[in-house]
Amino acid sequence: MSEFFAMGGYAVYIWPSYAVAFGVMAGLVAWAWWSARHGEAEVERLRAAGLDPRRRAEGDAAPREHAG
Amino acid sequence: MHRFANPTRFLKLANALLPWLAAAAVLLLGTGLWLGLLRSPSDYQQGETVRIMYVHVPAAWVALGGYSALALSSLAFLVWKHPLADLAARAASPVGAGFTAIALVTGALWGQPMWGTWWVWDARLTSVLVLFFLYLGHMALTNAFDDPERGGRAGAVLALVGVVNLPIIKFSVDWWNTLHQPASVLRMGGSTIDPAMLTPLFVMAGGYFAVFAIVLLLRIRALYAERRLRQLRLSLPDA
Repeated sequence: MSEFFAMGGYAVYIWPSYAVAFGVMAGLVAWAWWSARHGEAEVERLRAAGLDPRRRAEGDAAPREHAG
Repeated sequence: MHRFANPTRFLKLANALLPWLAAAAVLLLGTGLWLGLLRSPSDYQQGETVRIMYVHVPAAWVALGGYSALALSSLAFLVWKHPLADLAARAASPVGAGFTAIALVTGALWGQPMWGTWWVWDARLTSVLVLFFLYLGHMALTNAFDDPERGGRAGAVLALVGVVNLPIIKFSVDWWNTLHQPASVLRMGGSTIDPAMLTPLFVMAGGYFAVFAIVLLLRIRALYAERRLRQLRLSLPDA
């Protein structure tokens, strides 16, 4: 087991590589997840407060299939 | 294609895809770790450091693939002016920057034991550093305007000009002298890497691309919500 962690003497290079790779990917996923949830919750909050973005938002984002 | 250009329909599709992508990412990255760390041989020249390849090379592939996605979205935005293409481009650059950072850092951690140096200003390493700055520049430029439409257009032009860097990265190892090893997977005449190492490499790359897709879709959702908040606040009478 300790032989595995020693990685033939290259542990100081191999383990940080894996830590950086998986750390950055986990960070990206967490940030993207949080920002999507946070933004969507904020839209919901303002809609619930009586403002109806639906009409505007849907109007702006109308399907363009007929446009050509 | 145009069917998915409707944001509501696109979000529905994205939400249907996300659980599958998450399952694929966990499965592929888990298998990749197991194969890469435990079930693959050490290299006869590089010893155990060859295992850095399994986290380094896929990051570089996603960095390049991510830039292609950024450039295609930018082109689509300039040609069809569709807001969703703009959101996709804005979503792509920070993700691409993240994967490029992984490639640069793991490359340094591999270079030190194998080449005796963390960094060298040769064509391959420098062109990947330029890729990193192109991503950062795109992020800064798209957010530098009060009018998101203008920011989107400026960013799209930058992204398309930067495409010239992609072939430079790919062929840098053939055109110039470098410490970096030449292409050994995607090359004419087939791969020079043993299947025992190629399998963990491809499995890990699949996991990386799944993570890229997950972050991209979540960020498009986040940016779409931001757009709607902006419209909503503009419509407030006392804003």
